[in-house]
Amino acid sequence: LIIFMLKSQCRRYCLSGHPTLPCNVLKFKSTTIMLDCGLDTTSALYFLPLPLVHSSRLSKLPGWASKDGTVNLEKELKECAGRVFVDSQPEFCLPEVELLDLSTVDVILISNYHCMMALPYITEHTGFSGTVYATEPTFQIGRLLMEELVTFMERVPKAQSATCWKNKEIQRMLPGPLKDAVDVWSWKRCYSMQEVNSALSKVQLVGYSQKVELFGAVQVTPLSSGYSLGSSNWIIQSHYEKVSYVSGSSLLTTHPQPMDQSSLKNSDVLILTGLTQIPTANPDGMLGEFCSNLAMTIRAGGNVLVPCYSSGVIYDLLECLYQFMDSANLGTTPFYFISPVANSSLEFSQIFAEWLCQNKQSKVYLPEPPFPHAELIQTNKLKHYPSIHGEFSSEFRQPCVVFTGHPSLRFGDVVHFMELWGKSSLNTIIFTEPDFSYLDALAPYQPLAMKCVYCPIDTRLNFHQVSKLLKEVQPLHVVCPEQYTQPPPAQSHRSDLMLELQPPPMAYRRCSVLGLPFRRRYERIQLQPELAKALVPSEIKPGISVATVSAVLQSKDNKHVLQPVPKPTPVPPSKKRKRLMEEVPELLSPKPLLSGSIPLDAFLASLHKSGITEVKVEETADGHILHLQAEDALIQLEEDATHIVCDNNEPLRTALRDLVLRFLQKL
Amino acid sequence: MPDIKVTPLGAGQDVGRSCILVSVGGKNIMLDCGMHMGYNDDRRFPDFSYITQNGRLTDFLDCVIISHFHLDHCGALPYMSEMVGYDGPIYMTHPTKAICPILLEDFRKITVDKKGETNFFTSQMIKDCMKKVVPLNLHQTVQVDDELEIKAYYAGHVLGAAMVLIKVGSESVVYTGDYNMTPDRHLGAAWIDKCRPDILISESTYATTIRDSKRCRERDFLKKVHETIERGGKVLIPVFALGRAQELCILLETFWYRMNLKAPIYFSTGLTEKANHYYKLFITWTNQKIRKTFVQRNMFEFKHIKAFDRSYADNPGPMVVFATPGMLHAGQSLQIFKKWAGNEKNMVIMPGYCVQGTVGHKILNGQKKLEMEGRATLEVKLQVEYMSFSAHADAKGIMQLIRMAEPRNMLLVHGEAKKMEFLKDKIEQEFSISCYMPANGETTTVTTNPSVPVDISLNLLKREMALGGPLPDPKKPRTMHGTLIMKDSSLRLVSPEQALKELGLSEHQLRFTCRVHLQDPHSDSDTLSRIYSHLKSVLKGYAVQHLPDGTVMVESIVLKVSSSGEDPNLKVILLSWSYQVNENKVFLFILLLFIYFEVKGQVKSPTRHEAIPTLTLI
Repeated sequence: LIIFMLKSQCRRYCLSGHPTLPCNVLKFKSTTIMLDCGLDTTSALYFLPLPLVHSSRLSKLPGWASKDGTVNLEKELKECAGRVFVDSQPEFCLPEVELLDLSTVDVILISNYHCMMALPYITEHTGFSGTVYATEPTFQIGRLLMEELVTFMERVPKAQSATCWKNKEIQRMLPGPLKDAVDVWSWKRCYSMQEVNSALSKVQLVGYSQKVELFGAVQVTPLSSGYSLGSSNWIIQSHYEKVSYVSGSSLLTTHPQPMDQSSLKNSDVLILTGLTQIPTANPDGMLGEFCSNLAMTIRAGGNVLVPCYSSGVIYDLLECLYQFMDSANLGTTPFYFISPVANSSLEFSQIFAEWLCQNKQSKVYLPEPPFPHAELIQTNKLKHYPSIHGEFSSEFRQPCVVFTGHPSLRFGDVVHFMELWGKSSLNTIIFTEPDFSYLDALAPYQPLAMKCVYCPIDTRLNFHQVSKLLKEVQPLHVVCPEQYTQPPPAQSHRSDLMLELQPPPMAYRRCSVLGLPFRRRYERIQLQPELAKALVPSEIKPGISVATVSAVLQSKDNKHVLQPVPKPTPVPPSKKRKRLMEEVPELLSPKPLLSGSIPLDAFLASLHKSGITEVKVEETADGHILHLQAEDALIQLEEDATHIVCDNNEPLRTALRDLVLRFLQKL
Repeated sequence: MPDIKVTPLGAGQDVGRSCILVSVGGKNIMLDCGMHMGYNDDRRFPDFSYITQNGRLTDFLDCVIISHFHLDHCGALPYMSEMVGYDGPIYMTHPTKAICPILLEDFRKITVDKKGETNFFTSQMIKDCMKKVVPLNLHQTVQVDDELEIKAYYAGHVLGAAMVLIKVGSESVVYTGDYNMTPDRHLGAAWIDKCRPDILISESTYATTIRDSKRCRERDFLKKVHETIERGGKVLIPVFALGRAQELCILLETFWYRMNLKAPIYFSTGLTEKANHYYKLFITWTNQKIRKTFVQRNMFEFKHIKAFDRSYADNPGPMVVFATPGMLHAGQSLQIFKKWAGNEKNMVIMPGYCVQGTVGHKILNGQKKLEMEGRATLEVKLQVEYMSFSAHADAKGIMQLIRMAEPRNMLLVHGEAKKMEFLKDKIEQEFSISCYMPANGETTTVTTNPSVPVDISLNLLKREMALGGPLPDPKKPRTMHGTLIMKDSSLRLVSPEQALKELGLSEHQLRFTCRVHLQDPHSDSDTLSRIYSHLKSVLKGYAVQHLPDGTVMVESIVLKVSSSGEDPNLKVILLSWSYQVNENKVFLFILLLFIYFEVKGQVKSPTRHEAIPTLTLI
């Protein structure tokens, strides 16, 4: 690939407005890089739950029509617990695909498995032909989560796809919150497994601190971000510019390898996304609350339902419970982990020792599995099933703890447990995932007798940690979602829940385009050894030398090399004068610029030496005029200029020129 | 002139105690630190006194890199770091870091506890040594210090085996350790990118062998095992606990299942479970197929293979036993061998290379009587089979790696001199690169020719690329002109104008003026106009301008016409140009004028003959 022009501007496009599910595009040195492609699944909350087992409650819901009867959408919209829901397969809100031509994206960098869920939408059917870079755990667990999502959807096929309600005129008349849903036309149904496989075939695996060259112009490097297995921040740099992309990082010691902070130093621009969504909750405190609520419910003979993703915090929850259950004397309570990918997720977590924190890593050397859930499985305390059907229904004992998805409560096995346990006040549902508002999640199940506990565990950076981090790594500029530049709307007095920086951060929102403040002034070039050896440096000032370089430039794949000028092949003396003109040798190196001034006395002395003795010196306002009387020539000497006037005496002119040059510096 | 020095302390024209010193860009690196299985004396370890006569090695080495866990690559490590003394970083991959201390402890036990040797490293020393280890991930660029960086690649020889790229500035060396270019039943094939190192240091165990297809060897192996079992014999397979053992276990496990065989298969030493556990936890280091299916079925959970107990060796009837170590030089495999050697129904299959001096090497060379400790002799009646299952690259594989990495020079180690010689010739012929094969203690020096990185001003580069296009045209090379400013350690290439500005210098203008006389009856301005239109028509491709101040400019050469007061027909043409103008252009231009006026018959040109020769002068 040959790129002729270098872009000195660096632009950044934002395709997602969700600060924790980023999707940004960076144009840097003629390379177009997409940073993450997160999928906003909160749109699923507008839809009715997909029950795994026939639910008479959900199937008997009344359809919705406007009070005056002008709009009747009985088939598409159902009233449930005082709200109106769309009765269709849940749809997701994609990153913006109209802002720029996605086929021009050269690479996609993935920072963690939650931020790649929109990948099939981006890589399939858009003309995308680039490469996706991700670490192996991100790739493997991302694949599991996509597989799970597809299975959740395909297990309960819904023939109908609701579209009428999206009509602008109709949507205006709907009750809230449907009325206020934005961009509903861009919402898409879930992709298929085939699309997932095709998207994942474009992924190239990378390791932390691996330097990946893109077209010779840019180097990208993933760094450990401490948030989840294989999660990474990315450095995008050339020889002279450095952009850091920080997304979903954590400074807490959970299972992943600690965050690499020092490599973020000296950034020109730091793009900051993926901060904690619950800045007011302390993860440790939440974990304590989680355990005590769980124990209380079990002791009272109730069941505990934990709606969660199949990878991530669940590993920490299991580890915490592993220690907690025995000490709380609840050793015999069974844990069930139900997901189409439960087994894979548990197995995969044990084989990524390289990506784990120190003490988990050292377990492998013994050799022991890094996570204690291996022991929970061995001792039959933890059982995992692909779904509630089959073995689970016969082996299941109560009271128990069930971990299952999806945390939106709209699809997956969790829907069944909501129907099953919702009516008893003995049971408890504990929300640990911070992505969904628990009240919205519960809306279609109201009225609910079961207890609800909200213990969101979000280990990502909080504002205090971020400002400390930024002080440490000192980027020249910070770019972040606009949500981070003001306190949360509900807590507008909390100025500690926002970023305050000097200079203030550059904020973006969905669909914004930012020019990043870069002044690229230099590019790396290689002097071939033969050329370097032939250079003649001369000292111009103490400590500063210069050398004139005449060379042939070769640029290939954005790499530049200077070669020595090839020796001209002797041109046979031409007979035609005209040809002479055509062959004006461009090859002759251009003459250097001159600098300095000519001292009169020394110059006169050297004239004398070369046999020019009859010189009349005349003083002028700016210098001197020298008349060479025998030769009939004039030399005008000034501070910054010399003028040689000499008619048709070429040898003399050449001699004078060389004399003058002796006193000047050449650049 | 910068150069790279390579000195093997072990593995120079030999197999065993791999230890290679590399000096590149002022950095000293030790590659592997192995022991020799064939010796029990000082020669067992590399001669570290080569590095320094007195004391510790820390000041002389920037880092130590271990390629994989085989003892001939890491067996001297605790001796080197704890007894000779080295406190710097030791790099190895995670699986190597996990398995290496176990094999070292095993080795120590055999040497100290069984043979009663003293002055050997202790268990504590192994632990202390392992504390100095920094784990390496594949493809991760590890910055040892500001200048030295290393990067590991998959080598496929055993679990966790790595090749390593060492880079200082633009100089680089690749060390392969032991590697395998064909994927096998549990490992993938070695891979490296086109990193074009100055030197590729490669093992050459199978330098002259081109092995037949793996399938044939496997079939052969299974046939021999099967035949022996059928006739009621016992099969001993001496192996190292990790590596080939797992591959052969997978092979036998599937064969037993397919053929519904009942004869027991045993795996000796307490390592069995543990060894297989390592494979399960480091499944990401195995081959594609195993990694893909491990959730459904873990290949390292064997149904037919059971743990061996010493007493089983005397059991009647057929059996297959995997026992360590692999070269029959000590331990359980040797004990079983002694028991079974007398019966011609039995068979020993050596699945890997045996170092000179070991029992394995002796029986492979057809020796029928072995001298044992205590002057006893052992008669070897059982069948001895050699099957090359050890995962080294063969000649074809080595050539393949050279094609992958495109090194500028090649250096062979870890092989026998004669075989190396053969391969060296072949490499030099096929790739036209120099190939070296230093003996132990012998230094190979390779001169490198690094190019010099410079910061070029973007303005200058862009201007140049716009003018000249991206690739030099060999027919019309364009010369770029710039000024290199050297200040402290920075090298910046800028345009001469920018250099003047940056250095706070003002430009000195050097101009020349030349008067040419000619006869022309027209008015001054007419003459000028005629000159202008003539030049314009002749000098296509040049910028010829007629300026309102009564001058004509050709490029930057200024031309003026005046007439002398006395003779209005005698015109004086003033030509003025600066030093930077190509003088050839000036004279060509003068010449053109004269030709023009001469043809018109209106001019005599006294200077023409002077002007013409200058064309060739400059």
